[in-house]
Amino acid sequence: MKLVTAVIKPYQLDAVKEALHALGVAGLTVSEVQGYGRQKGHTEVYRGAEYTVEFLPKIKVEVLTDEIDVEKVVDAVITSARTGKIGDGKVWVTGVDDVIRVRTGERGLDAL
Amino acid sequence: MEINTGNTAWLLLSSALVLLMTPGLALFYGGLNRSKGALNMMMMSFSSIGLISVLWVLYGFTLAFGSNDSEGVNKFLGSFTQYWGTGTSWIPEMWLETGIPTYVFMVFQMMFAIITVALISGSLSDRFKFGGWVLFGFGWFTLVYVPVAHWVWGGGWIGVNLGALDFAGGTAVHINAGAAALGVAVVLGKRIGWPRENMRPHNVPFVALGAGLLWFGWFGFNAGSELTVDGVTAVAFVNTQVATAAALLGWIIVEWLRDGKPTLVGASSGAVAGLVAITPACGFIAPLPAALLGIIAGVLCALAVGLKYKLGYDDSLDVVGVHFVGGWIGSLGIGFFATTQVNALASRESLFYGGGVDQLWRQFVGSAAVTVYSFAIAAVLALVLKAVKLGRVSDEAEVEGIDISDHGETAYDFTPSGGSGGGGFALAGLKPGVDADGKADASQKVAG
Repeated sequence: MKLVTAVIKPYQLDAVKEALHALGVAGLTVSEVQGYGRQKGHTEVYRGAEYTVEFLPKIKVEVLTDEIDVEKVVDAVITSARTGKIGDGKVWVTGVDDVIRVRTGERGLDAL
Repeated sequence: MEINTGNTAWLLLSSALVLLMTPGLALFYGGLNRSKGALNMMMMSFSSIGLISVLWVLYGFTLAFGSNDSEGVNKFLGSFTQYWGTGTSWIPEMWLETGIPTYVFMVFQMMFAIITVALISGSLSDRFKFGGWVLFGFGWFTLVYVPVAHWVWGGGWIGVNLGALDFAGGTAVHINAGAAALGVAVVLGKRIGWPRENMRPHNVPFVALGAGLLWFGWFGFNAGSELTVDGVTAVAFVNTQVATAAALLGWIIVEWLRDGKPTLVGASSGAVAGLVAITPACGFIAPLPAALLGIIAGVLCALAVGLKYKLGYDDSLDVVGVHFVGGWIGSLGIGFFATTQVNALASRESLFYGGGVDQLWRQFVGSAAVTVYSFAIAAVLALVLKAVKLGRVSDEAEVEGIDISDHGETAYDFTPSGGSGGGGFALAGLKPGVDADGKADASQKVAG
C-alpha cells in the first residue's frame, strides 16, 4: 500500500478533490500548511517598509491507495493541481506497512 | 452669567467624543504593534485615562487654566484658584464669557491631557517597563503637559505674549507628544532585532477601526475647541473632514506611485496625519486651504515615516512621522493660510492673505519652543527611570513578549478548541502546555 502526499496551491484543492473523486478514491485527509519551495515567499509594504513573508499558505492532501492505483492517483493529482506557474507544489509517494479501519478492525487492502 | 444650554450641550458631547479617541488610539496603536506586545501598547493608552483624569482634577486644570493674567509667573503656569472647575466651593460657575459651566470646560480639557500622554506611547513598543511608563506619564504630565497647555491656551506666553495660534492642539498636543516620543525612544533604544527583523502590524482591521474612532472623536476635539456653537465651530467641523479626506488620498497616492499598491494601513495613517495637521489650523483657515493642507500633510507624513530608518531611532509606530511632523505642518500652515475672514481671533493676516511672515515666525517660535522643551524633559525623565532600573524590560522578557512579563496576559488564545477551558484535551484530563505530572511549562504558566 502507498501513501500519496501532495502539497498544492489552496486554489487547486477543489479541482484535486474532484479528480480523485472521479477516480473513485474513497477518502482523503486535508490540512492547511505553510512553507516555501523555489517560489519563496512574497513581500508586503507597511508605511514604506518592506516585510518578507517567507512561508506561504498551502494545502496538504494525503491519500491512501493500493500499489495498482497509485500511478493513476498521482496522475490525477498532478494534472488537476497544475497551473504551469511557479508554486504549484509537489507530490510524493511513500510505502505503508499496514492500514486498520478503527470501526471494524479490517486490515490491509480491506481497510482502504 | 446665565448658562447657555446650546454651548454647554455641545461641549459635553465634545468631551465624550474626545474621550473616545483614546480607546481609538489604543486600537490604532495596538493593531500596528506585534501581537506579543499588543496588550501593553493598548494598556499604555488605557492607563493614561486612569492616571491623567485623577491628576487633572487634583492639580492639572488649575495649574494650566487657573489664571489668565499672562504676567510674571503666570506667563508660565496657572494658579491654585481653580481645582475641579470651581474656586473654593462646589457651586458650578461659568467659564469666562461662554455660558458653559467651568466643570464642563475642565472635563473637556481633561480629555486632551489624557490623549496627549497616550500619544507618546506609540514610540515605545514592546520594551518600556509598565511601572516606568506610569511614572513617566505622571512626570511628563506634570512638568510638560500642564505648563505647555498654559503657555498655549491658559493665558501663557505662547498664546498671549508671542501671539502664536493653536486652535485645538497642534503645539500643545501633537508637537508636544511627538517630541516627547522621540526623546524617550532615543533614550530607551531600539527594539531587539529592529530594523533587521520583520515587525509588521499584527491586526490591520484594528488599525482601521482605531483610525475611524479617532476620526469620529476628532470632531469633538476640533469643532469642540471653539467651546461655543457659532460659525467658527462650523468651519472647524468642515475643515476636519475635508483635510482628513485629502490627507488619506495624499498618503495612498504616495504608496501607489512608490510601492505599487495602496494599503489600508496607509489610508488609516493618512487620515490620522490629516487630522493632526488640521488640528491647530481648523478654526482659522477656509475649507479650500484645508484640503490643500491635508494633501500636503498626507504626502509629507507618508515620506517622513521613513526617516527613522535613515536616522536610526526606533519610533516604533511613527509618533514622530505622523504627530510631530503633522503638528508642525498644521502649525506653520496657520502662518500661510489663516485669515480674519474666518476667525476674528486670527488677529494678523497670514502670508497668503497679505500679512507677510508676521504670523509665520510666531508659529515657528511657538512650535520650536514646545519641541525643545518637551524633548529635553522627556529625555531626562527617561534617563532617570533608566538609572533606577525602570526603563527597559529584560532582553528575555522583550523577546517572549512584554504582555506576559508585565501584565501576565496574552492577546490571543491560539490553542485548539478555545484553549484550556474545553475541547478534546480537557475531556481527556489534559491541558495543552501541561505535562504528565500536571506542572505547567514555563511558556504557558500564565495562561494555564
